[in-house]
Amino acid sequence: MTDPIKYFASRVTASEMNRREFIGRSMAAGLTLAAATSLYGKAAMAQEPKRGGHLKLGLQGGASTDVIDPAKSSSQFTFAMNRNWGDTLVESHPTSGLAVPSLAESWEPNADASVWTFKIRKGVEFHDGSELTIDDVVKTLNRHTDEKSESGALGVLGSIKGIENKGGDLVLTLSEGNADLPLLLSDYHLVIQPGGGYDNPNAGIGTGPFKIDNFEAGVRATFVKNENDWRTDRGFVDSVEMIVMNDATARMAALSSGQVHFINRVDPKTVGLLKRAPNVEIQTTSGRGHYVFIMHCNTAPFDNNDLRLALKYAMDRETMVEKILGGYGKVGNDFPINETYALFPEGIEQRSYDPDKAAFHFKKSGHEGSVLLRTSDVAFPGAVDAAVLYQETAKKAGIDIEIKREPGDGYWSNVWNVQPFSTSYWGGRPTQDQMYSTAYLSSADWNDTRFFNTDFDKILLEARAELDQAKRKEMYHDMALMVRDTGGLILPMFNDFVNATTTNVSGFVDDIGNDMSNGYVASRLWINS
Amino acid sequence: MANPLAGVRATRHRLKETHPLSVLIAERLGLSLLLLWAVSILIFAGVEALPGDFAETYLGQSATPQAIANIRADLGLDRPITTRYFEWLGGVVQGDFGNSWASGAPVTEQITKRLGNSLFLAFFAAAISVPLAVGLGMVAVHYRNRIPDRVINVLSLAAISLPEFFIGYILIVFFAVQMGVATFPSTVYDNMGWSERLAAIALPTATLVMVVLAHMMRMTRAAIISVMSSAYMETAELKGLGAFKAIVKHAAPNAIAPIVNVVALNLAYLVVGVVVVEVVFVYPGMGQYMVDAVTVRDMPVVQACGLIFAAVYILLNMVADIVAIVANPRLRHPR
Repeated sequence: MTDPIKYFASRVTASEMNRREFIGRSMAAGLTLAAATSLYGKAAMAQEPKRGGHLKLGLQGGASTDVIDPAKSSSQFTFAMNRNWGDTLVESHPTSGLAVPSLAESWEPNADASVWTFKIRKGVEFHDGSELTIDDVVKTLNRHTDEKSESGALGVLGSIKGIENKGGDLVLTLSEGNADLPLLLSDYHLVIQPGGGYDNPNAGIGTGPFKIDNFEAGVRATFVKNENDWRTDRGFVDSVEMIVMNDATARMAALSSGQVHFINRVDPKTVGLLKRAPNVEIQTTSGRGHYVFIMHCNTAPFDNNDLRLALKYAMDRETMVEKILGGYGKVGNDFPINETYALFPEGIEQRSYDPDKAAFHFKKSGHEGSVLLRTSDVAFPGAVDAAVLYQETAKKAGIDIEIKREPGDGYWSNVWNVQPFSTSYWGGRPTQDQMYSTAYLSSADWNDTRFFNTDFDKILLEARAELDQAKRKEMYHDMALMVRDTGGLILPMFNDFVNATTTNVSGFVDDIGNDMSNGYVASRLWINS
Repeated sequence: MANPLAGVRATRHRLKETHPLSVLIAERLGLSLLLLWAVSILIFAGVEALPGDFAETYLGQSATPQAIANIRADLGLDRPITTRYFEWLGGVVQGDFGNSWASGAPVTEQITKRLGNSLFLAFFAAAISVPLAVGLGMVAVHYRNRIPDRVINVLSLAAISLPEFFIGYILIVFFAVQMGVATFPSTVYDNMGWSERLAAIALPTATLVMVVLAHMMRMTRAAIISVMSSAYMETAELKGLGAFKAIVKHAAPNAIAPIVNVVALNLAYLVVGVVVVEVVFVYPGMGQYMVDAVTVRDMPVVQACGLIFAAVYILLNMVADIVAIVANPRLRHPR
C-alpha cells in the first residue's frame, strides 16, 4: 500500500472522509475501483471498536521520581497517565490542531480576546462519584496559577489574572488579549480534579476513561475502566497496564514477543529491524519537536548576521533527516514552526544547503579561524553524529567547525542557554504564539538564541490578541521570516514521533498534538483478538 | 601526669592477651563504622558538587524562574551545606532518610521495597552461583589440566568476557522472543504471586549467575591449587587419602579465606552492581532507583542509595575478614 492511500484509509477510520471521497482519491492515487472499494470496507470496519481486554503498554520515560499529581507531571509516563484518568477543559483536534470541547462545552471571547467565558459540561461524574462543578474547575486553575505553585503549567498560564464563577460559567480575565487561550487549557498538567486537587493532589481522582488501580513510581501503573465515563467514544478496553521500559531494546523485545501491545520512542536506527517482525506495525506521526543548533545573536562572533547566514547555508538538511532521523522526520526551515500548526505560514522558500552562498556570507562576515560548536548526545539522539555531519558539509564551504563534546550530565545547566553555539532540542507547543513566546520574545524565559527584536515582539503581542485568523496568519508569516533570516536558530529537522503497535490492536490515531497519539493512546486503542 | 590514653592502651593490650579474636573483630567493626561515616561525608559532598540542581533539572524546559525559586525555597536549598549535612546525618542515624524531593514520599519506605527486590534477585543468583562456583572449582582442581578442567575454564571465561547486557539480550531473544518460554519483562510488583515472581526473575538470575560464576570458580581453583602444593597435602596423600577427599577435607578449609573474599566481593556486586541487568530486564531494583534519582538530582534518594551501597560493601567485606580471622588457626589458638 502506498503512503497516500494509507493516509486516506486513516482518515476514513477517523470518520473524516466518506466513501465517495475515499474511492475517488484512492483511484487518483493509482488503485483500481475494486481494490479501493474493498479497502474502504476494511478501513470503515476498523471504525467499529471492539470492547474488552487487557491493554499493555511498554513506555520509555518513567522514573521512580514520578508522582500522580498532574501539576508536577514531567515525564512521558505521567503525561500518558494523566490522559488516562483525567480530562482537561479543552482538547486539541488530532489532525487540525484546533481547540475542541472536552469538559468545557463551548467558549466565547470578548472583542479583544482578553476575557473568555467557558460553559462547563453538566452531568459529569468524578471517579469518587461526586459531580463535576464549576467550583472544582475554578479551584484547579487557581492551584496551577498561584504564584507559589510548582506546577509545570505555571508559565503557560502566566497571563491569567482572574478566575471566576459568574452565574455558573467560568470567566477568565487575562492581562492581555490571547486568541489561543482555549488551546492553552489543553495542557496535560491542567487535569480537572475535585476541589482543585488541593486536598490530595496525588489521589488520581478525575473524570477520565480509566480509574487508577495501582501505581508504583518508575515500575508500572494499572487502570480499570471507568464505567461512568461521560464519553462513549473512548476507553474501549477493560483494563490498562503501563510498564516503565526505559531501555530501547527491552521495549522492542517486549513488543515483538507480544508481551505488550504498544511501545513509544522506537529508535530510528532500529526501525528497520523492528519492521521485520511479522506482528508489528510502525506508527509514525509528524511532530512539532525539533532538533536545533543555536547561536547567541548577541555574542561574538555570532553577533554578525552574515556569519549566522553562512552557518545556516552550510547545513545540509536533507542528509540530516536521512542520516540522523533515519528518514523519520521533516526538513526544517530555520523557524520553529511546521505545517502541523494551525495558521502555518505558507509560501516561505525552503532554505537549502548552498556551499557557495555560505562561503560568500562567511567571507563578508570577516570572521577568521574556526567556529566552536558544543554538543552532547543528550542534546538530542544522535546530536554528536549530527555535529560531525555538519562539520563535513561546512568544510566544503570553507568553514571550519570545531566540535567540543561536552559531558551529558549537566549539559542543560552548563552548556545549553549558556554557551554561544550549541546543540539542543525543543518539544513542540500547542500554538505558534506559545512557541515564540517561550523562546523568541525578547523577554522570554528561555530565549536561547538571544534574539532581541522589538519589531518582532510588537507583532507577536498584536497577533496574540488578533481574532481575525487571516490577519493573524499574515503576522505569523512576517515573524517566521524575521527568525529565519536574522535569528540565531539553525533548524535542520523536525522529528517524527515513532511508536509501534502489534497488529492485533486498532484505533491508533496520528495525533499531531504530541507523542503517543497526544497521550490518548490507551483510551483510543482497542484489541481485535 | 597520667595520660588518659595510656589506660585505654593498657586495657586494649590486656584484652588482646586474653581474647585476641574478640578484640580483632571489635576493631574491625569499629573501623567499618568509621569508614561508613567517612563515606557519608564523601557522598554528601559529591552530590553537592554535581552540576545543575534539582529545581532546574526536575522542571526541565517547562521551568520558569518563578517555579524554580518556589521549589528551592520549599526545600530549604538556600541554607548552608554543613547545616543540611548534619540534619541529614541526624535523621540517618535514626533510620530516617527524609523525603524524596521529587515525589515527596518517604525515602525509607521506597527503599525498603526496592532493596527487597534487589536482595530477592541477589539471593537467588547467589544461591545458585556460589555452590556451583565452588563445586566446579573443586572439580576443575580434581581434573587439573584435563578435559573437564579445560571445558569449565573455557566456558566460564567466555561467560565473563561477554558484557552482561549482551548475555541478557541473547537470553531474551532466545527464550522470550523466539521460544516464548520465559517471562519478559521481569517487572515485579506488589501483590504478585510467588510462582509468578520466580518466573519473572528466571532470566535475570541466569544472566547474573553467568556473570559472577567465572570469577568465583577461578579463585576457588587457584586457592586450592596453591594449598595443594604445601607439605601437609603431600602428607595427606602419603597417608592414603583419596584425591577428592583430600581436596574437600584438607585443602578446601585452608583455602577458605581467599574464597570467602571473592565470594563477598561478588555478593556485593549482585546487590549494588546490577544496574545494567535491571535496566535490560525492566527489573525494579535499587540500581534503577538510584539512576532515576541522579538524573533529576533527587539528593535524599541519591544519598540514601549511596550510603546503603557503601554499607553493603563494607558489611560483606567485614564479614569476609571476620570469617578469615576465625578460619585462621593461628589466631584462633594463640600461643
